[in-house]
Amino acid sequence: MFAYLVKRVFQAIAVMFVISLIGFAIQDNLGDPLRELVGQSVSEEVRQELRDELGLNDSFLTQYLRFAGNALQGDLGTSYFFKEPALDVILKKLPATLELVVGASIIIIGLSIPVGVFTAIYPNSILSRLVMGLSIIGISIPVFLTAILMIFVFSVEYGWFPSYGRGDVVHVFGYWDTNFASLDGWSHILLPSIALASIMLPLFIRLIRAEMMEVLQSEYVKYAKAKGIRPWRIYFVHALKNTLLPVITVGGVQIGTMVAYTILTETVFQWPGMGFMFLEAVNRVDTPLIVAYLIVVGFIFVVTNTIVDLIYGLVNPTVNLARMGA
Amino acid sequence: MSLLSVRDLSVKFAMRDNTVTALNQISFDLCKGERLGIVGESGAGKSITGFALMNLLSRPGYIDSGKIQFLGEDITEMSEAKMRSIRGNQMAMIFQDPMVTLNPVLTIGQQMVETLQAHRKLSKSEAEQIAIVKLREVYIPSPEERLNQYPHELSGGMRQRIIIAIALLLDPQLIIADEPTTALDVTIQADIMELLLELCESNKVGLILITHDLGVVSQMTERTLVMYAGRIIEAGRTREIINDPQHPYTQGLINALPQQTKPGQRLKQIPGNMPSLTAIPRGCPFSPRCEYAQDHCLTEAPKPVQYTHVEVACHEVNRLHSDKAEEMIG
Repeated sequence: MFAYLVKRVFQAIAVMFVISLIGFAIQDNLGDPLRELVGQSVSEEVRQELRDELGLNDSFLTQYLRFAGNALQGDLGTSYFFKEPALDVILKKLPATLELVVGASIIIIGLSIPVGVFTAIYPNSILSRLVMGLSIIGISIPVFLTAILMIFVFSVEYGWFPSYGRGDVVHVFGYWDTNFASLDGWSHILLPSIALASIMLPLFIRLIRAEMMEVLQSEYVKYAKAKGIRPWRIYFVHALKNTLLPVITVGGVQIGTMVAYTILTETVFQWPGMGFMFLEAVNRVDTPLIVAYLIVVGFIFVVTNTIVDLIYGLVNPTVNLARMGA
Repeated sequence: MSLLSVRDLSVKFAMRDNTVTALNQISFDLCKGERLGIVGESGAGKSITGFALMNLLSRPGYIDSGKIQFLGEDITEMSEAKMRSIRGNQMAMIFQDPMVTLNPVLTIGQQMVETLQAHRKLSKSEAEQIAIVKLREVYIPSPEERLNQYPHELSGGMRQRIIIAIALLLDPQLIIADEPTTALDVTIQADIMELLLELCESNKVGLILITHDLGVVSQMTERTLVMYAGRIIEAGRTREIINDPQHPYTQGLINALPQQTKPGQRLKQIPGNMPSLTAIPRGCPFSPRCEYAQDHCLTEAPKPVQYTHVEVACHEVNRLHSDKAEEMIG
């Protein structure tokens, strides 16, 4: 177990190294920091001096090592626009985004398992066919369109839910602002969460259905029937556990992807999270903030995948974590 | 007393635009504690017979007609709940490949306890005690530890022993073993068969052994059914069928055994292949491969008739027999 953990951590470090290299290459090549810092009224001489001072004339390697060294100490540069450390800016926006991802995940997990299982057990029922049809539509409609449609219907036409922002957030643990502690918070997070879930949910329903149907054809399910086990136990104990193993792996990757999808959702709903901030940073050519965002998202991706792999190892008895380190 | 009585059982498969007959009006009986072998080539309908008895045919297969009387009740008319209370309880099944039969994510203990709890009101620890006793009966070393192990931690032979133990958990009247050793190492096959025989004899359990191995049938069973293209073509006492087969197909099977040929000689084989279920010839299904076939064999399906000590479905069995007698005299 420990050896496996160490191995995974090393893999994670390798991935983070590549991400930092890409992030730095972007910073090195995208725009001119001087123009963002001083505008156009400063003479070329002063610019050169500033370049030397900022170390922009050093070799790529020196600059990268300096960047990586700073990054390891939690310094991902200073945002041109906010004039604050980029990491601080992002960390302030992080709770909003993570809560959105959590909200969407709850919707996805809560719906995809029962619906996926139902459509697998009764593939020919009208309800299953309806779900399958809708899921194709769900996958095909882009997130921003779903979001705009929902705002149009539920905010503009019916006025049931607010159309933008986080509403009344409650301050918890001294740092975190949460939507889940007040009714207003809940009403604000509902539509964005559904919008964010709208792409992944059909995907997971279809994935669970396909896996479950395959498992239901297996010998051990037939054998369980031959032992006289009740159907619900066959479905939810024998089949579901085997169904979810591959789904967990896919799910880990998808959580990371969902963080990326928040850019669209947050923009449509004016959700004050990382994704919205990223889009603004792109518009302002706030390179340090863009790079810091990439690195933080990369980090979240790597961490969730590592955790998911560990969970997979714990859930699946045929994976021996102790032996996998060797 | 009769434990199982199958009458004119037909199983069909609904295909896209027609139906295929997988079992064609088969009938047989089994007494309590009796051991019956079902032999035949792949696709003859042996396994389908086993699953039909359990009422576990997977779609698109279904029982089209006939009766299956088990302990005096007709399985084909039973509710699913009633049938479920029989499966694993009075009638247990041993599957072909122990590597894929046990659920990979549940421990041996969980899979044994759930079987007991599905049929009897038992606490987990009571059920585990029974499981340990049964594991000991199939010579599993340190059974207490096995309960916490997952199937992948055990060898194929060990798993098949556990499956036999699960089959015996509720002291069934009948065990249907569908090629229980085909997937196992040759060295273990004999052990498993011996164990199965020993347990069936000592517990007075009826056994239906589905196999293509005539040697196994002769050692294990008292009576034998020979199946071909979804029909029973010969039925009788195992010893008599092995020593003096009447149907040309059975004769061909037995002549094809390596023991029947001198070293260095080519093995005898039956020409041709068994027809696919979608293209069973009119008349006797064996007629295209039969050296004794006459005109009426090609048009008219033979009914099983009592001939000497066995039941044979062959028009030409009389002629066959007199030929053989002549051979012996000549």
